[in-house]
Amino acid sequence: MDVQERIKQQVTSSPVVLYMKGTPQFPQCGFSGAAVQILKACGAQNVVTVDVLSDPEIREGIKAYANWPTIPQLYVNGEFVGGADIMREMYQQGELQKMLENSAA
Amino acid sequence: MLTSEQLKEYIQQGLPCDYIDVQGNDGQHFEAVIVSPEFTGKSMVQQHQLVYKALGPRMRDEIHALSMRTFTPETWAKR
Repeated sequence: MDVQERIKQQVTSSPVVLYMKGTPQFPQCGFSGAAVQILKACGAQNVVTVDVLSDPEIREGIKAYANWPTIPQLYVNGEFVGGADIMREMYQQGELQKMLENSAA
Repeated sequence: MLTSEQLKEYIQQGLPCDYIDVQGNDGQHFEAVIVSPEFTGKSMVQQHQLVYKALGPRMRDEIHALSMRTFTPETWAKR
């Protein structure tokens, strides 16, 4: 399967999907670690994370998928939400919590 | 080594900015505050995409981490 197809399947198969470097337990980048912390602070339970370091094809493909050159990337209900900066800003404004509640995560 | 001054110029070359401040002195990690009329009417994602577009391949080749906050002239004036 084409990598863009694979990504589309991944982001639509769960309500909340986070592409990150490393794992929630062992993030390999400060921004990815921050993204995990923000989701935790929002009380999101069923977050699926994808470690891009373990899949070079996904690591490159995800940048094209959302036209977004950096990682982490958060997807809610299949839609690209943003990177770490946007997640932080939305969290501070209470918007991310609302979005996650509505996604049933 | 990439300096915050250079990064500031790169962004300004590709995006008209009313105000821009870039911090960071390790050559890899930078923090930017950017105010641009181009951001008006756009989502946060679209605003950041405009900055990434201005940086083009440099985002991949030279810049490891760029944290940013974007404002329209209007939201900047209100803060």
